[in-house]
Amino acid sequence: MTYLSPIIGLALALIAGAIMFSFLGKPPLGALYAYFIEPVSEMWSVHELLIKAAPLILMGAGLCVCYQSNNWNIGAEGQMIMGGMAGSILPVLFPQIAGPFVLPAMLIMGVIGGMAYAGIPALLKTKFKTNEILTSLMLVYIAQLILDWTVRGPWRNPHGLNFPETRQFDAFARLPEMIPADGRANFGFVIAVVVALLIWVLMAKTMKGFQVKVIGASPRAAKFAGFDAKNMVFFAFLLAGATAGLAGIVEVAGASGQLRTTISPGYGFTAIIVAFLGRLNPIGAIVAGLVLALTFLGGEAAQISLGVSDKVARVFQGLILFFVLACDTLILYRIRFVASKIIPKGAA
Amino acid sequence: MGMTEAILLTIATAATPLLIAALGELVVERSGVLNLGVEGMMIMGAVGGFAAASLTGNPWIGILIAILFGAITSLAFAFLTLSLAANQVATGLALTILGLGLSGLIGEPFVGQAGIKLSNISIPVLTDLPLVGPLLFGQDPIFYMSIALVIGVAWFLFRTRFGLTLRSIGDNHISAHALGIPVLRYRYFAVMFGGACAGLAGGHLSLVYTPQWVENMSAGRGWIALALVVFASWRPARVLAGAYLFGAVSIGQLHAQALGVGVPSQLLTALPYIATIVVLVLISQNVRTTLINTPAMLGRAFVPER
Amino acid sequence: MRKLLIGIAGIAAMTLGMASAAVAADKTKVCFVYVGSKTDGGWTQAHDIGRMELQAHFGDKVETAFIENVAEGPQATAVIERFARAKCDLIFTTSFGFMDPTLEVAAKFPDVKFEHATGYKSADNVTSYNSRFYEGRYIQGQIAAKVSEKGVAGYIASFPIPEVVQGINAFTLGAQSVNPDFKLKVVWVNTWFDAGKEADAAKALIDQGVDILTQHTDSTGPMQVAAEHGVKAFGQASDMIAAGPETQLTAIIDTWGAYYIKRTQAVMDGTWATQSTWDGLVDGILQMAPYTNMPDDVKSMAAATEAAIISGELHPFTGPVTKQDGSAWLTDGEVAEDGVLLGLNFYVAGVDDQLPQ
Repeated sequence: MTYLSPIIGLALALIAGAIMFSFLGKPPLGALYAYFIEPVSEMWSVHELLIKAAPLILMGAGLCVCYQSNNWNIGAEGQMIMGGMAGSILPVLFPQIAGPFVLPAMLIMGVIGGMAYAGIPALLKTKFKTNEILTSLMLVYIAQLILDWTVRGPWRNPHGLNFPETRQFDAFARLPEMIPADGRANFGFVIAVVVALLIWVLMAKTMKGFQVKVIGASPRAAKFAGFDAKNMVFFAFLLAGATAGLAGIVEVAGASGQLRTTISPGYGFTAIIVAFLGRLNPIGAIVAGLVLALTFLGGEAAQISLGVSDKVARVFQGLILFFVLACDTLILYRIRFVASKIIPKGAA
Repeated sequence: MGMTEAILLTIATAATPLLIAALGELVVERSGVLNLGVEGMMIMGAVGGFAAASLTGNPWIGILIAILFGAITSLAFAFLTLSLAANQVATGLALTILGLGLSGLIGEPFVGQAGIKLSNISIPVLTDLPLVGPLLFGQDPIFYMSIALVIGVAWFLFRTRFGLTLRSIGDNHISAHALGIPVLRYRYFAVMFGGACAGLAGGHLSLVYTPQWVENMSAGRGWIALALVVFASWRPARVLAGAYLFGAVSIGQLHAQALGVGVPSQLLTALPYIATIVVLVLISQNVRTTLINTPAMLGRAFVPER
Repeated sequence: MRKLLIGIAGIAAMTLGMASAAVAADKTKVCFVYVGSKTDGGWTQAHDIGRMELQAHFGDKVETAFIENVAEGPQATAVIERFARAKCDLIFTTSFGFMDPTLEVAAKFPDVKFEHATGYKSADNVTSYNSRFYEGRYIQGQIAAKVSEKGVAGYIASFPIPEVVQGINAFTLGAQSVNPDFKLKVVWVNTWFDAGKEADAAKALIDQGVDILTQHTDSTGPMQVAAEHGVKAFGQASDMIAAGPETQLTAIIDTWGAYYIKRTQAVMDGTWATQSTWDGLVDGILQMAPYTNMPDDVKSMAAATEAAIISGELHPFTGPVTKQDGSAWLTDGEVAEDGVLLGLNFYVAGVDDQLPQ
């Protein structure tokens, strides 16, 4: 049922979408074709799908750990921005430094940037008990403004007629493309899948993963077991910040090749949905990331082939999410059935 | 009208939609439900209110429809998260995506139409008093509703039996259920109240603040409202203070720019967010009061035994 | 379930394939990439009106398509490439941030023609096109100086890019040509489009004592505030007279239609060639809304200035002009070069603001 319910949800969403499209006077089957098949019917488009999916998978997998341990980090967007900025220090400020070590150094600095920024809400939560939902969200806006100021000001390309973008990165500072003959997709997607699998191993096979689950499910039991809750806050936030920072620099050094006033069109928020659609399982996040990336591309394809507006595309995306989430209820009853056996009376 | 009054009035207008939406969400969260879809409900209210006012020519009907649109939108969330026990965080985000898209679709024929403004109240003599006159007696009707809502919500939560029951559900829905309280029915009402408030806030945007319809006109205000609830540690009076503080800093930075202070505008734009974090850290120093007010069941699904 | 879905998709694919093959042949397909919503009441709507004029002009001979709300940067590449593969003959990308993605895709599709708005790079199959909005700003400045009683205007600005800085400077120079002591207050709102925030900025400026408002943001929020407070204002990108029938003095209207028709015709005739277009009032790419709510002598002054700019007699950036820091920029009679204007990053004297650097 765990694997079937999202498929049922998707099927229901397809039916609802077909009804909506015929109401709007569009051929329903053609619309669904444009949405789900057209984007993967050509190789170059599949590459675009992988480009879009990479940051969603990376951040979705990182957020799984956060949410499983009850750390409500909704600021991945800001952490992604800071990762992109930190990773760009070398190619923007020191373009004369060249060599094969530049790209790995950029990736590492990106990870550090994301971790440092995620560390702020973690620190505030552990030290002052400040609610992390609010601080991580506020830090998104602040990160956007810091990026904006930096790219318009000190990091602006001196040869770009004062337009707000940095210099183009040199080839050695770019993430190479996987199969340049077929499309633009770079190794970011491979990195994303590998990281997601590593996080899955961490969660499923290690003591740390066990601690995450226990602390999330029952803070009191965790206390008895001697797990340090404060430590866990930092662990979860820094891990999620690391994946978000990596996603940021992958986006900048990959598809973009320069820093601009925006790095992400809201990937950090979409990743929250990815984490939940993937049932807070890193492997689920891989699937969910691909599905959501497909709905974005499908929305663009439908605008071209059917002339439906961007709003219809967004409504349909919302409908898909609604139906898939609604079908969770099918799993829920099974979980509850098992859970009521395990939890002793009065433990809630 | 002098400059001080003018500035205070501007702050009040900026703060009112935030205040109303945050008050609604406060009641929702007190019942133990976290609805992150405020932005989506607000924008639905804005489009519904504008469309109704434009079709009927009556801004009051617009306000009514705005409230209705917000409440209906929230019903979708309530059905999923309460009846089907879907994940609240994800459903709220999905609601925002849906609301932004749907409002754009509904609003397409109304783009560029001249708006109808809900006019300010004017009481002879009283409104003309210096300083307090325009502030207390010359504002738009929604402003008075927002103040009444602060008092009403505080009274309801802390002075009525229903309010007590609602809070107890938010603190422990299992015990509440054991006591025979209809948990889901309370939560349905709370979520719909939150939706109605978000819708009213949206109506304020499209009928008072800037009387027009444009796509995405809520521009992130729903998220600010959500932040205000936490910022206020779930106390209505503190929501009031927070909304006005936020409004004051947002308007203040524009004035600082107009005066020509040489600070990067990005820094000034970031000020309200930084201020929110700082104040929140200061407030949460007092751990005990924060913990007492935080609904323990926030965001957790309740599945009744059958 | 899966098999069923694939089956359905297969059928759909066949019917669609047949349908699109039938129409494609002799029509010229012109495609547009929009950064905002086509009904935003400002920038993108102006381009969409241009698209509709193009469609109406050629009727059956052209087919147009568009994608809205495309994020700037790498996300745009996929959209542009999808258009190129969908057999578009001519693709207009209508925001600065689409520049590098346009060039990237253009390199892969040498037979498709691309036109990018408000940028500075071009290629064999990429033209850049832009409008000299600042010409209209100069006229606005002159009107402001005549109509204003306090001698101070407020300017609601979006982002400090050269295009916006050109506008602020041209407005100031226009105003100073009438009243040398005229001052300008600037508020940066860091958004192109947030009616509420723009309205708040307008209120702040009015409270600070300006009695004329102009904006380089796209919503009608400031116009409404001006109307409420009884001060005069200028519209932006579209005619905003509906939002302030007794408030709007004039507006700069972006009129892209004629340009789109001209370039599409060139593609049809096989005469399309890459170029760098920076058109102004003379080419009709921007127009002034009717001069309203001002005395007749101001109207005739504005009309005279407009005529002088169109005839080439007057260039708004003609010396002597001093920079804000007091150093000389243009000597007497010297006209600013386009290269300098395109990268403008300093104010002229009289602007009461520090340019974000």
